[in-house]
Amino acid sequence: MSFVKLSASVLAIAAVSATAAAARDQVQVAGSSTVLPYASIVAEAFGENFDFPTPVVESGGSSAGLKQFCDGVGENTIDVANASRAIKSSEVETCAANGVTDIMEVRIGYDGIVFASQLNGPEFTAFTPADIYSALTAQTLVDGALADNAVTTWDQVNPELPAVEIAAFIPGTKHGTREVFEEKVLLQGCEDTGAMEAMIASGMSEDDAEGACMAVRTDGMSVDIDGDYTETLARIGNNPNGIGVFGLAFYENNTDTLKVATVSGVEPSTETIASGDYPVSRPLYFYVKKAHIGVIPGLKEYAEFFVSDDMAGPDGPLSAYGLVSDPELAATQASVADETVMGTMN
Amino acid sequence: MSLADANTPAPSAAPKSSILTTDARTKKRNRAEARFKAYGIGAIVLGLAFLAALLVSIIGNGIPAYTQTFVTVPVYLDPAVVDKQGNRDPAEMAKTTTFGYAPLIQNAFATEVSQNGITTDMAPKKLADILSASATGQVRQTVLDDPELVGQTVEFRLLASSRVDGYLKGRVTREALARDKNLDAAHLDIIDTLRTAGVVNRTWNWDFIFGADASESRPEQAGIGVSMVGSLFMMLVVLVLSLPIGVATSIYLEEFAPKNRWTDIIEVNISNLAAVPSIVFGILGLAVFIQFGHLPKSAPLVGGLVLTLMTLPTIIISTRAALSAVPPSIRDAALGIGASKMQSVFHHVLPLAMPGILTGTIIGLAQALGETAPLLLIGMVGYIASNMPDGIAAGFMAPNSAMPAQIYEWAKRADPAYYERAWGGIIILLLFLMTMNIIAVILRRRFERRW
Repeated sequence: MSFVKLSASVLAIAAVSATAAAARDQVQVAGSSTVLPYASIVAEAFGENFDFPTPVVESGGSSAGLKQFCDGVGENTIDVANASRAIKSSEVETCAANGVTDIMEVRIGYDGIVFASQLNGPEFTAFTPADIYSALTAQTLVDGALADNAVTTWDQVNPELPAVEIAAFIPGTKHGTREVFEEKVLLQGCEDTGAMEAMIASGMSEDDAEGACMAVRTDGMSVDIDGDYTETLARIGNNPNGIGVFGLAFYENNTDTLKVATVSGVEPSTETIASGDYPVSRPLYFYVKKAHIGVIPGLKEYAEFFVSDDMAGPDGPLSAYGLVSDPELAATQASVADETVMGTMN
Repeated sequence: MSLADANTPAPSAAPKSSILTTDARTKKRNRAEARFKAYGIGAIVLGLAFLAALLVSIIGNGIPAYTQTFVTVPVYLDPAVVDKQGNRDPAEMAKTTTFGYAPLIQNAFATEVSQNGITTDMAPKKLADILSASATGQVRQTVLDDPELVGQTVEFRLLASSRVDGYLKGRVTREALARDKNLDAAHLDIIDTLRTAGVVNRTWNWDFIFGADASESRPEQAGIGVSMVGSLFMMLVVLVLSLPIGVATSIYLEEFAPKNRWTDIIEVNISNLAAVPSIVFGILGLAVFIQFGHLPKSAPLVGGLVLTLMTLPTIIISTRAALSAVPPSIRDAALGIGASKMQSVFHHVLPLAMPGILTGTIIGLAQALGETAPLLLIGMVGYIASNMPDGIAAGFMAPNSAMPAQIYEWAKRADPAYYERAWGGIIILLLFLMTMNIIAVILRRRFERRW
């Protein structure tokens, strides 16, 4: 019965190691796939420069990361959640209900959202939020009543755009990027075209009008991508007329296949985003469980190292990868050093 | 023919069908048969064509990952930078971070470039974009491991950046670099010159097979070794748990259990479990082992437990098939000479069924080895496989990834250089799966007995 002996001894080893590993010695991070590249760059450099083991960074999306983060306090919960949007008050409540009360919010910088198409495709070189809104909205106001969007080619939206079928690949609803896209592009375009005003004038409540502005057509001209940017890239590769939504860093790593479009006449780059000229950008965050500082070795050092000038500064490796450095980095560094927690949210 | 003629009755009024001449219906049937054979051959040819296309694309895309571009640079380890206290104490020297080493390497590389007769107006920092970001860490680690090197000029074999590597592999073109802010065409001219001088060369890359994962900005440094170790520990857990449990279940159900409604329900459910999508086991594992059992996240132990659940039905079904294939006469003979039921099973039936059991187990393990979906949910996908586990316990408990999860992670990273590594990883994974399947075939061929 060597099986029995073997399995018994391995189970015993596993049990012993389970108790031995109770003291976790590396920082565990999860969350946004947009922040993941930056977090992995920081984690790698952290492992090289400190005596702590390299932190573990999981992907999965901002919401999934914050959900894990709010699961509770203790060594079998994560220490840091990466997010491509600010934490919501409902998430703070969930956190509090599970005993996660002192949360440090750390803004690491900004990320631009760009519109890019196949390098050899049609001349998609300039967009305005209004163009995108008119092309992608689900319903438009016709004679005072909502009707399905009848636009099928880009030149119907704006004569300066190519006369090709609309085929947009936008991030799915589980992505933090989608929210930014809805607010900074669709809603903005809705206001710019005057559609929002007209809807309110036609008797819709403001909330309904906003909802109608951000609703994306479902007739196949706009496709939600629930996967990563690599999936969007593959779709663009198969469709010469396709236009996709990417993060700036992803675009900058794939300039050999993608061509980027200006938005409202501004070319996306770390400089234009930092100056605020490029309209579609958003802050990136990570959240730290204060209760874990001092318990998990290296957690505070990791947070401080992340926002240090060496990493997140304008000449650091994060900026080289595509992060737009935060002009207020010094304030962030100070608040991390002081372990400042978030105030109560309304 | 005369005999046949003699035996055939004289043709009567209507021409009767003959087995010698094919009539219309026979022809039709023959044609149908020929068509069917053609369909079969067509299906096989199509399948083989797909296989060939798959293998060609895997090998074509993956082979470049096994070679890597290196730059040989002599670096003067300036004591003023690397050992500010001057006491050669590694603890003190560790205060100089990798960022502190950057100028050292940039200047050393600029010197090396000018010594090869290249004049450039690029600043050393810009010039050093040719080198991987891992260079600083590599030099720093070497110095900390051997403080005696401080003050000497040491020749380092540094990784070239992924774009330089891509250029030598034909993936990055000069036209593409015009829009790329990471590297200029001028860099490529320097590389061409350095390559003829032997400073830059592309060699076999063991680090890809044995190394750890790297961050998004250093695809050139990434290797599959640590996740391979993760897979190994998971397979150990799967083997050690699923083989005894699966075999015991099968023996009980096949040899001892009464045939009643309960055992029927259990049997049906085991068959159903074998068809459950693997992601379901991932959710189960997350809920049971991590949230309820408080086992650590991303641990190969948890991954192994989840994959055990997934593999058990496969092993039980194949073990039961192997047991029932042993003829009843063996059992009857054993019982007839006075063996107990248990003796007959363990002394006679089980050894005869062993080849079938092992084959089923190996196929089940191979399935588990290639599984990614359940691992997504228990936190084994991401930038995880960065530390080689130190010791057996850490191997089971420290966060790690698995080969298929690592490949999935590489495939979705932004830098195109990771795409090549994903294909390279697939080659290794396929080699493992092929080896396991071949072992299963050999076991079956050698030991299987037919009655």
